[in-house]
Amino acid sequence: MVQETMANSLHGVPINAYLTLSAVLFSIGVLGVLYRRNIIVIFMCIELMLNAVNLLLAAFGAFRGDSNGQVFVFFIMAVAAAEVAVGLAILVMIYRNTRSTDIDSLGKLKW
Amino acid sequence: MTLYIFYFLSFLAVLSAFMVVYSKNPVHSVLYLIITFFSIAGHYILLNAQFLAAVHVIVYAGAIMVLFLYVIMMLNLNKDTEAQKSNYLKLAATVAGGIFMIVFIGSLKGVEKIENLSAANQSAGLIKNLGQVLYKDYMLPFEMASILFLSAMVGAVMLGKNELK
Amino acid sequence: MIKSVALVPLFPLLGFIITGLFGKSLSKSAAGIIASGAILLSFVVSLLLFFHLNNAGPDVSHSVKLFDWISAGKFNADLALLIDPLSSVFLLIITGVGFLIHLYSTGYMHDDEGHNKFFSYLNLFVFFMLLLVLGSNYLVMFVGWEGVGLCSYLLIGFWFKNTSYNNAAKKAFIMNRIGDLGFLLGIFLIYVTFGSVSYSEVFEQAKYYTSDEPVLVAITLLLFVGAMGKSAQLPLYTWLPDAMAGPTPVSALIHAATMVTAGIYMIARSNILYTLAPASLHVVALIGVITAVFAATIGLLQNDIKKVLAYSTVSQLGYMFLALGIGAYTSAVFHVITHAFFKALLFLGAGSVIHAMGGEQDIRKMGGLKSHLPVTFATFLIGTIAISGIPPFAGFFSKDEILAHAFAHNKIFWLLGVGGSVLTAFYMFRLLFLTFYGKFRGTHHQEEHLHESPKSITIPLMILAALSVIGGFIGLPEAFHAKHVLKSFLSPVFADSDLRMLPAEISHSTEYALMALAIVIVTVVVLLARNKYVSKGELPVADGVALSPVSKLIANKYYVDEVYDTIIVKPLHWLSGIFYRVMDIQVVDGFVNFIGKGVVWSSSNLRLAQTGKIGYYVFVMVLSIALLLLYISY
Repeated sequence: MVQETMANSLHGVPINAYLTLSAVLFSIGVLGVLYRRNIIVIFMCIELMLNAVNLLLAAFGAFRGDSNGQVFVFFIMAVAAAEVAVGLAILVMIYRNTRSTDIDSLGKLKW
Repeated sequence: MTLYIFYFLSFLAVLSAFMVVYSKNPVHSVLYLIITFFSIAGHYILLNAQFLAAVHVIVYAGAIMVLFLYVIMMLNLNKDTEAQKSNYLKLAATVAGGIFMIVFIGSLKGVEKIENLSAANQSAGLIKNLGQVLYKDYMLPFEMASILFLSAMVGAVMLGKNELK
Repeated sequence: MIKSVALVPLFPLLGFIITGLFGKSLSKSAAGIIASGAILLSFVVSLLLFFHLNNAGPDVSHSVKLFDWISAGKFNADLALLIDPLSSVFLLIITGVGFLIHLYSTGYMHDDEGHNKFFSYLNLFVFFMLLLVLGSNYLVMFVGWEGVGLCSYLLIGFWFKNTSYNNAAKKAFIMNRIGDLGFLLGIFLIYVTFGSVSYSEVFEQAKYYTSDEPVLVAITLLLFVGAMGKSAQLPLYTWLPDAMAGPTPVSALIHAATMVTAGIYMIARSNILYTLAPASLHVVALIGVITAVFAATIGLLQNDIKKVLAYSTVSQLGYMFLALGIGAYTSAVFHVITHAFFKALLFLGAGSVIHAMGGEQDIRKMGGLKSHLPVTFATFLIGTIAISGIPPFAGFFSKDEILAHAFAHNKIFWLLGVGGSVLTAFYMFRLLFLTFYGKFRGTHHQEEHLHESPKSITIPLMILAALSVIGGFIGLPEAFHAKHVLKSFLSPVFADSDLRMLPAEISHSTEYALMALAIVIVTVVVLLARNKYVSKGELPVADGVALSPVSKLIANKYYVDEVYDTIIVKPLHWLSGIFYRVMDIQVVDGFVNFIGKGVVWSSSNLRLAQTGKIGYYVFVMVLSIALLLLYISY
């Protein structure tokens, strides 16, 4: 019974809407990376982009009635979690060395 | 009904995502991001992926974002310490992001023709089915993920140590 | 028996490999024995083959296929050896005279530090010469042809520490290259025309061509260009006098007896093609007779003992081409044989003189050597008589046969030929008188050291002298009612040509008259020379003394080298200078430098794009992705 209502609710929303939503969220993530200088916020924006992709994967999986899409989301989450752990550790190291979380303070890798 | 819920959740997600970018205090950014994640979890439920929604809330809102908050608090970041780009660069960034979004959405044209096959299998998102797929078809990647976590843990600990020797 | 023909070139090759690879560890005598022994073995096999052919009956042409050499599409060339009377005769000359010269070299080169290297080169030369003569198609002949050119280069520049010797070697190599280009083009044309390079197939097909077909004339003229280079004919002869820079045995073996006769062999081998192209034959005869007289006049005023012999060789080769050109192929081969004997003898005698004089080659500084070098004098005298055409020595018969055919063919050729032989007699006796008669004109130190050469040098001289005396009897003129042994032996090779064009004959009485005339003139000339250089004791003027215009022209070899220098070398230098300055430095270097500088310039500017600012990178990346999406979707 519950399944059915869920199934019906899916009918109401076209796949296109999910596509657009994901694209918008992803673009906002990109905008954040461009807009901010704080490494932590940039990092968060990257998480946002990952989630936009996750959402799209889940949407396609649901529309096709295929559980592989969701499994992939799990793996992306796993990778994201590991990435965040290591990334934040690196970030703390950077802060210790430069006393700053400003991305522009890391400009040494150039000609 | 579901359509309204969808629009509401979408609106919430997009709005709070914008607030992540535009709020000046990093702590606020984190909080807005949590709202975004919750609305995405709502979307998952709409998509019949209840287990995924639960995991999403636990991992992202529960673990990752707490980690972010913790780091921000540890580094004592706030609105005053936040470095800002010049207005000129901000404008350029906004324009570039906007162009990117327009092109991105524009490039998705033509996908409307995908058929809605929801009737095929509505139980795809149930734990039972996911468990079957995950532990049968994706056994090896699943185990690899554990190694990934182990190495991430070791890496984080190594990086976090005060003195690298 | 016939199969053993492969052994003939094999022995010198083995000798070359052994003396070449292990030359450092072999003693001088061991290297000399191995090298000479290899040639002796070849000579023995050649001799056996010769007798086998002599008794074999009518079927005298045998091809022995060793292996498939090139097989590509329709083109096919085997490494096959052809043994027939013509190649057999050449085998005997090459290995026989070659062996004597090897023997001579063991004495002559004994004190040279490059002794073992010298013998490995000599053996390699003999190998290539045998390959040239034995090849059963033009391609194998070409390999031998190039190989002997290489060895000639190596041996002329044997004393490579002397720059002018090296220049002489380079000159020989480059001049030969001009001729070889003609030869190669001739082979290409043969392949295009007949679809094969094998003698048997080419000659078989050629028989069905009509006389003077343009393609045959073109082929034969191109081949003759090759012969011009190799056999030092006008206008490509100037390398041969310079080639005297090499050790004397080399001059004797390569630049008198064997290699320079390769052109004659090649034309004799292709006789059917030439017979069918009378126009080419005319060119051959004309070039030959002009060269014969031209070189003889230069020989009159040369003062270097080897240079005189070199011009004499050019002149004698001219006679051989004259013989070929008037269709008397047998006479040409006959003269090759006798010339190999007496010219090798003369060169080796000259070597003996040079040896005794401690390296001095200028005849103005010799004289009176008769008593000091009796054996050398006696043998040199025999050689001189033989080349001057005084009966019954070898040169008389062969030269007379050529002149008799020339008389029948064209009186002008005959007149020029007689004139050349008169000049030959004069300069040869001049050389003899100046060297061996009169008073010694060298330094006191040289006079004390004058000595007869060792046995290893005199024995080859004596054998060659004997051959120069009796060699002529293999080709007695018909006028003597004797059998022309060589002619009957070689007749199968020239049978097809003889069917079409027999060399013109003259009556016996005319022939007697011509012989008598020639003998009388030559005798008068010899007496003149004797009067001038022995009785009056005249000497060639020293360098730098003014000469009459004609003498000056001849003494400077008609300024041919200078003319070549002006019309070919200088313009080429000038042209290459232009190419160097314009094409190389400006165009090629400029292009390369432009690319290099362009890369440096663009990268030095482009690296500024790498600012190190991550925001900037992301910015570019986002815009690029946007562009990419734009490109993909529209």
